[in-house]
Amino acid sequence: MSQTQKQNDGAPILTVSNLNLHYGTAQALKNVSLDMIRHQVTAFIGPSGCGKSTLLRCFNRMNDLVESARIDGSIRFNGDEVNDSATDVISLRRRIGMVFQQSNPFPKSIYENIVYGLRIAGVNDKATLDEAVEQSLKNAAIWNEVKDRLNDSALGLSGGQAQRICIARAIAVNPEIILMDEPCSALDPISTLKIEELIEELKSKYTIVIVTHNMQQAARVSDVTAFFYLGELIEAGGTRKIFTNPEKKQTEDYITGRFG
Amino acid sequence: MENEHISKAFDIELNFLRQSILIMGGKVELMIADSVKSLVERDTVLAERTIALDHEVNAAEVAIDEHCLELLALRQPVGRDLRFITIALKIVTDLERIGDQCANIAKRTRELNEEPPLKPYIDIPRMAHRAEIMVKEALDAFVIGDADLAVKVCNDDSYVDDLNSQIQRELLTYMIEDPTTISRAMKLNYISKSLERVADHATNVAEMVIFMVKGKDIRHMIA
Repeated sequence: MSQTQKQNDGAPILTVSNLNLHYGTAQALKNVSLDMIRHQVTAFIGPSGCGKSTLLRCFNRMNDLVESARIDGSIRFNGDEVNDSATDVISLRRRIGMVFQQSNPFPKSIYENIVYGLRIAGVNDKATLDEAVEQSLKNAAIWNEVKDRLNDSALGLSGGQAQRICIARAIAVNPEIILMDEPCSALDPISTLKIEELIEELKSKYTIVIVTHNMQQAARVSDVTAFFYLGELIEAGGTRKIFTNPEKKQTEDYITGRFG
Repeated sequence: MENEHISKAFDIELNFLRQSILIMGGKVELMIADSVKSLVERDTVLAERTIALDHEVNAAEVAIDEHCLELLALRQPVGRDLRFITIALKIVTDLERIGDQCANIAKRTRELNEEPPLKPYIDIPRMAHRAEIMVKEALDAFVIGDADLAVKVCNDDSYVDDLNSQIQRELLTYMIEDPTTISRAMKLNYISKSLERVADHATNVAEMVIFMVKGKDIRHMIA
């Protein structure tokens, strides 16, 4: 970690202010304001349809792909407005990487999956690419499992391995933030624990925002938990506090399984 | 507690836990009343029965502990459920200690009943009565989640403390005036101290109830 990175710890890297998002006439996010702190893991929890994935997808402008989506309010990434028309979306998505619910390795070799982003960015030097592959796979805690078959197809991997390959692919381009949308929901408990362990290791280098339906997972991996309901941010705070003694009754009813 | 869980089975288990603690509490309250009644009425049979009841209280502690551990392992509770179950674990320890104190009172009573009475007992029944109410109210506060009632219990502790000091002073004068009273006075002294401890345990329970309801730990903050 560089000196500047250390100095920036505790400062927000992403600042959401008064964010509203409509899909056509339906409002999916209602006046959400929230800071994501550098080198922390922030978890979004809430019942289906509460807007947590929608908010996550706002951070790297994934909602641009949804025609009916209309956004107002502000998202600042390192102080710059994400929704500004001058924002280079390709560069934004390199700096804010994403891992999805279903692991989605490309139908290529493990090696080519990892270097895909770098090649697009114009990196072709073999030594640089080799180095990036090894580092990324090591950081994603899967190097030992795949180092002898880097040229095998990534489609032959197990779900848990494929998900770690996707994380390795995301970190190969050296992003600042990794967004994870239900990264473990298709995985068995042991693979899930491996990903959680990985998240713990990754947070020294990256800022992580994770959407999860598994509240125990949020409790295990995150520093900050934000609870959403019907598009509103009900409560955000230290994970320990949210899971032992939240401020809002709605939050408590949800985490204790009384919601409804 | 208001609002039901989506899982009905979890609600049933929590209710069972609540009932078990109340039943244990009922036995402990009876022990407080009977141990002192056996002293005042010189009823050794009642003292023996009180000592026997302690075994039931001990068994209840073990059973409730086990049930709490099961709930923690199988339900992984959070929020107020987590506070309720962890507090239940601690409360049964205090209740069990109250049972021990009452059994000790009954044992001293058994010995005292072999000898002529030292004096009429006025303050000891008064202490016992207040301590019993404190235990009852602390458990009521636990079951209905009433922090105000718990605060009242904490405040009542000084009444019992004051009575204890008064009894100790009085017994001291007996011992100074007539050394043949020392053996009996020491036993009464012990009984008074035990009742004072009973009230302390009730206060512990009440403090934990305040934590359970408000999520704020006030232990060691009330002078």
